[in-house]
Amino acid sequence: MSAFPFFKSRPLHVSMVIAWIFLSAIGGIYYYLPRYCKLPLFSNKLPRLHFWIFLVTGIAILCCYIAGKFGGRKYWEYPPILAVPIVISWLLFGFNYFKTVAKKAGEWPVYLWMWGTGILFFLFTFCESYLWLFPYFRNNIVRDITVQWKAYGALVGSWNMLVYGTAIFLMERIKGDESVARSKLSFAMYFLGLTNLLFGWAHHIYIVPAHSFIRYFAYFISMTELIILAKIIGNWKSSLTEAQKDFHLLPYKFIVASDFWIFANLTLALAISVPAINIFTHGTHITVAHAMGSMIGINTMILLASCIFLIEDIAKHEYTIGEKKAITGGFWILNFSLVIFFIALLFAGAEKGLLIIEDKLSFQEIMQHISPFLTLFTIAGFGIFTGALLVVTPSVKRISKYLRQ
Amino acid sequence: MSSITKKAIMATLFLSFIIYTSFVYTTGTANDAGENMITEQSKNGKLLFQKYNCVACHQLYGLGGYMGPDITNVISGKGKGPGYAKAFLKSGTQRMPDFHLSDNEIEELVAYLTYVDKTGVSPVKRFKINYNGTVAQN
Ligand code: HEC
Repeated sequence: MSAFPFFKSRPLHVSMVIAWIFLSAIGGIYYYLPRYCKLPLFSNKLPRLHFWIFLVTGIAILCCYIAGKFGGRKYWEYPPILAVPIVISWLLFGFNYFKTVAKKAGEWPVYLWMWGTGILFFLFTFCESYLWLFPYFRNNIVRDITVQWKAYGALVGSWNMLVYGTAIFLMERIKGDESVARSKLSFAMYFLGLTNLLFGWAHHIYIVPAHSFIRYFAYFISMTELIILAKIIGNWKSSLTEAQKDFHLLPYKFIVASDFWIFANLTLALAISVPAINIFTHGTHITVAHAMGSMIGINTMILLASCIFLIEDIAKHEYTIGEKKAITGGFWILNFSLVIFFIALLFAGAEKGLLIIEDKLSFQEIMQHISPFLTLFTIAGFGIFTGALLVVTPSVKRISKYLRQ
Repeated sequence: MSSITKKAIMATLFLSFIIYTSFVYTTGTANDAGENMITEQSKNGKLLFQKYNCVACHQLYGLGGYMGPDITNVISGKGKGPGYAKAFLKSGTQRMPDFHLSDNEIEELVAYLTYVDKTGVSPVKRFKINYNGTVAQN
């Protein structure tokens, strides 16, 4: 612990998570475009370059953390100079992507829009999150924090675009039904999602003394997500019967799980976007519950579905019965542990929020009060790790066998 | 949905985003104290605050890690103040690392915390909840 203290391991953890999301989402897009969308990549060399830049930058970031050199801001906790290769790699990715999809005749399915939006807005918000380098932004804490969280809100939204686009693509493939990605409804949902990406980020900064319009506007925009929630509940019955039909398919299982987590997380997101609730939950573990629900429950489930789909496809072979059993077992352990993890964080956060506002106990006493929940949270964390290991091991074995051939 | 409709929606969203972004960069965040209370010393303190990654454990305005307390108002807190903050920075505690800071660095960090303290309140403990779900700080 002392050799690798918390203030070093936290940034490492965050960067690893982001690397997982990016690598698997981007890898999927490079793989699916030529093979399933009849869109040969504009350049087959650029993805290689992209990969190497990513890898080398990743190693450099790792070295910075070990050496204790920080940028000191959430998400990008490495020295700012390392942002340069990241921007370059996304420019390459974006250039290749748009050159590739420009050749598409006829209407684009919604996931091509979503991937494109994700790439463009990532680039924009990533640059925006570095505006603090200019004293104009840095030397006013209200502006600094507001712009930082404006960027991060949209940043998370932009990688959600990449991931949700992948989910819709997979649904289309699994169901063999092209209308999924072309219906009016799916485009309406896409535009609603985009509106929230652009304007609905301010629940992170309700208590920062910026202009009150920023608060009210975000509150209003966030509530439009009630429409998405209503749609999910409306589809409940039909999606449940459909889910039963295809649940034996491995990638589909993970998509169904992500649907469950979208429901849980969206409900939570709506609640904490109401300022009257946010005032209790802000700065507590409820925010962490929300982040974990979306990172693990939604993004990771979808990307695991994508990885499994892709590996089955590359190896031209379904998983063996033994492998399927391991993955299914892992699937249940992962989801069950995540439920406990999520609930433990909600309780810890609720208690912390109430105790802080009550204002009778010191920080250490409050931490003591919530420590049973944090213990439960830690145990559930090990459960998540075990489940994920069971899911991932057969796939890693398969890929390494394939690469050796 | 026709291709024209899609493009029109996209263009409207994009334009609104540009307008809103310019508002956020300027008037939307032109808080008086935020803009005018900062000193040369606290500007350096801000950079040190990032260099030592204080936000991995602490929060300003509730944003940051949860190992340590929110330190937005540590300077004006009951029974706290500059001397109190300095004591933590000088030698750390069991749970907070000692960063071996120079006296000058400590002064600058405390100057930054002093600046932050003047800009607002976090966590908000006294407030009134309105019927429409918004909150008014007392
Ligand atoms: C590894 C986590 C960690 C890091 C990094 C850290 N602190 Fe702390 N800090 C704590 C903890 C935990 C406490 C609460 C005191 C205790 O429990 O020992 C604390 C207490 C404080 C306090 C007193 C707060 C109060 O209201 O009682 C101040 C001020 C402070 N830290 C400032 C800083 C600054 C400035 C930095 C960066 C140079 C920093 N800390 C980095 C963990 C950390």
